[in-house]
Amino acid sequence: MKITNKVVEKHGLKLEEYSKIKELIKREPNLLELGIFSAMWNEHCSYKSSKIHLKNLPTKNEYVIQGPGENAGVVDIGDDDAIVFKIESHNHPSFIEPYQGAATGVGGILRDVFTMGARPIALLNSIHFGEPNHKKTRNLLQGVVSGIGDYGNCIGIPTVAGETKFNSTYNENILVNAMAVGLAKKNKIFYSKAKGLNKSVVYVGSKTGKDGIHGASMASAEFDGDSEEKKPTVQVGDPFTEKLLMEACLELMKDNSIISIQDMGAAGLTSSSVEMAFKGDLGMEINLDKVPCREEKMTPYEMMLSESQERMLIILEDNNEITAKKIFDKWDLDFVVIGKTTDTKKLTLIHNEIIVADLPISSLSSKAPQYKREWNKKKLPENIINLKDLKKYKFEKTLIKILSSCNQSNKKWITEQYDQMVMNDTVLRSGSDSAIIRIHNKNKAIAVTVDSSANYSYAHPATGGKQIICESWRNLISAGSKPIAVTNCLNFGNPENPDIMGEFAETIIGMKEACEFLNYPVVSGNVSFYNGTNKKNIKPTPVIGGVGLIKNIKNSTSQYIKKENSIIILIGKTFGHLSQSVFFEEIYSIKNGPPPVVNLVNEKNNGEIILKLIENNLTNAVHDVSSGGLIIALAEMTFNSNYGLKINKPKKLSNIFEYFYGEDQGRYLIEVDKKNLEKVVKYLKENNIFNEIIAVTQKDIFELEGEFKININELYKLNNRWYYNY
Amino acid sequence: MNSSVIVFPGSNCDRDIANVLKKLQFNNKMVWHRDTDLPKSDLIVIPGGFSYGDYLRSGAIAAKSNIINEVIKFAKKGGLILGVCNGFQILIEAGLLNGALLRNEKLKFLNKDIFVKVIKNDNKFCNKYEENQILKLNIAHNEGNYFTSFEHLKKLENENLIAFKYCDNKGVINNETNPNGSLNNIAGIFNEEKNILGMMPHPERMIDKFIAGEDGLNLFSSLLN
Repeated sequence: MKITNKVVEKHGLKLEEYSKIKELIKREPNLLELGIFSAMWNEHCSYKSSKIHLKNLPTKNEYVIQGPGENAGVVDIGDDDAIVFKIESHNHPSFIEPYQGAATGVGGILRDVFTMGARPIALLNSIHFGEPNHKKTRNLLQGVVSGIGDYGNCIGIPTVAGETKFNSTYNENILVNAMAVGLAKKNKIFYSKAKGLNKSVVYVGSKTGKDGIHGASMASAEFDGDSEEKKPTVQVGDPFTEKLLMEACLELMKDNSIISIQDMGAAGLTSSSVEMAFKGDLGMEINLDKVPCREEKMTPYEMMLSESQERMLIILEDNNEITAKKIFDKWDLDFVVIGKTTDTKKLTLIHNEIIVADLPISSLSSKAPQYKREWNKKKLPENIINLKDLKKYKFEKTLIKILSSCNQSNKKWITEQYDQMVMNDTVLRSGSDSAIIRIHNKNKAIAVTVDSSANYSYAHPATGGKQIICESWRNLISAGSKPIAVTNCLNFGNPENPDIMGEFAETIIGMKEACEFLNYPVVSGNVSFYNGTNKKNIKPTPVIGGVGLIKNIKNSTSQYIKKENSIIILIGKTFGHLSQSVFFEEIYSIKNGPPPVVNLVNEKNNGEIILKLIENNLTNAVHDVSSGGLIIALAEMTFNSNYGLKINKPKKLSNIFEYFYGEDQGRYLIEVDKKNLEKVVKYLKENNIFNEIIAVTQKDIFELEGEFKININELYKLNNRWYYNY
Repeated sequence: MNSSVIVFPGSNCDRDIANVLKKLQFNNKMVWHRDTDLPKSDLIVIPGGFSYGDYLRSGAIAAKSNIINEVIKFAKKGGLILGVCNGFQILIEAGLLNGALLRNEKLKFLNKDIFVKVIKNDNKFCNKYEENQILKLNIAHNEGNYFTSFEHLKKLENENLIAFKYCDNKGVINNETNPNGSLNNIAGIFNEEKNILGMMPHPERMIDKFIAGEDGLNLFSSLLN
């Protein structure tokens, strides 16, 4: 086949990129080689638009063992234990085929974690859909939730936390981000860097089929309305095989026979072999006749570009093949030596005894294009709306409307479809600020959370980036954990558009500032560009997965009220910032104005002091005040508890809507026993932490002085109403 | 007491079961599905999970595995067998318990804490519980909707072969307290000789006050009695 301009473009490569290929290899590539370039040079694999910005993010602190660049990030949690975690997007495939797209998203991220020698202990997800009444939403929602559930449930890893949001910006491009967290021994972490000459390259796992060919390239372009036709680019998942693969790999990892290991994720055999060879500064020779295939006569092109799931590439130490194969035989999985490491620094592919591709590894990795794309700065929008000019509603009516809106409604109907309890270490399930997972057979635990605020990010990306790091940090503090590090999934539109590139660049600037200030680095992540259809881009949606450490589970907490007649204290200052709030969006459909200001100094001080209170057992419950403001946070504290609240109106209040719905940052609600009140208030005062006593817990009734009284069961029903009417 | 936990490819509650057995000082062994001998055992546990990926039908392939022949022999000799969740489905597919486990009434996987009532305590599995005691346990299944013939149901009721029924925290047994549509709110049943118990809720998930509660612990300690 002749490589025409049309063929080049069909591979998602620009003509100038093709010229660069010819320059690098000093000849014309054949079709297979072109396919390999397209798999390695696409945005998804090469990070060609994002690299120059990403390198500005902080990636180290005293806990970090491995930052970005490996299959997942690794942090030290003491006693030789390490936590391995990463988040990844599977947006494009999930929009085309929601069940398989979401399922293989979970499968892929799990492999990233157990590849490093960690047993996965928790799954999280962040899923974003269009408006509930959009024609595609119901089907996509159902498919994605079942896909996530079936995969995690079957493999037996608890899905413990997540977020589900609806916004018209995702009508034609949903987001499905999955995060996995694993536990490893600090001195038994496995990396992807190849070492040594003539070492066996082993293919293990499922056979290679024709599914997912060009999946990574598909995910590196926006949709044009014919997404149906792209179904063959979506991979098909089999959680049962993944379970076997996971057990087999973890069993093999018990001894020292693995030199390096890499999962075949995006761009399958191509990217795994290139990555391992590149990191080891070696070459690799692969005999494609040995690759286990699902059907006969698969071409080298299909084998190299297939994204069939549940496969791994391993480089083995000499003389270990027989024992290693025994393990994979036990688990009924293929184990085939398909090649060897070489000193040529080339990827050499052999098929029917002929060399069918011969490419310098560097041309596929370090010499892949990198772009310094143009980007525009976004102005901070002005605050032009005055509450006084708007129609007046009864407070109770607004509360009911917001609590039973699709975004604020209880997501139990989703989380009940996920096994949250398998492995029997789930201390706190989803619904609270973070989930808490005990470290097996120990008294310590980790808190995990996943967060995003697309509305804030769209209004002002730099503030949005800063805010979402802070919210993640707050959610971890609220569980009683010390925040350690984050993983990020950056979902954006088309980077070739300078406004979108600006959203990305500024998000990174905001995140960097917050991560540095809070000593809360980024250890892994993923960038997903081209989220949009027909030139309509999604709102910038950075999703942050956070991990915190709890030294003793006895000192962890949840957001739920524990006792009658205890005191609720609000920590942090309330200014009544309503622009970009849930209140403005739900009640008035107002979507303009600036997001709330993020004050990192207050954020850090407030968080550190709250953590001290929790560690000293002075709080019964802690809840972060976030979207929906104070009144929604107070209502959420009554769920899963038998107690209501009697809430005071603050004395010097100008407007109750501003006070109770304002989304000012850096605030927490804490429940304190009366007997500890004096001690707590004194401690807060000594540390210059702004605080107000705002409510007392009581049986059954949730009330705001002079405004409304409502039974907590009724309140809970309202919070669950949306789904039952959907 | 010697126990064996049978592990199939796709079992995923095997570790959780082994933990509670270890905690209660059973002398426990893990037995792989391809094995053809059982270690010396007083108790066999078939754990939850997705044996063989739930392909064909939950439990159907496991019921044809090598080791299941040994389990059937063990059962015929009166050995104690506990099947939880997928283990219950396997016991039914292997013909050791009667009836069927259909898809949940609402056709969705369901994971939540539920309450069950202990129907009788004059058996090997429940002797540490009070009669009518209400337990908080956890369910996690897609096919837990127990169904059987009218005659068999009558027999189960009349001969006290129902171990647990779904209820609420006050013990009320009705449609509203039935999470999956099971006949008569059945959560677990015995065979006629009461040496085999199959149940959908997971007692092994309720053995620790820091996790979700301890109501499941006495099921295992009953077996030591």
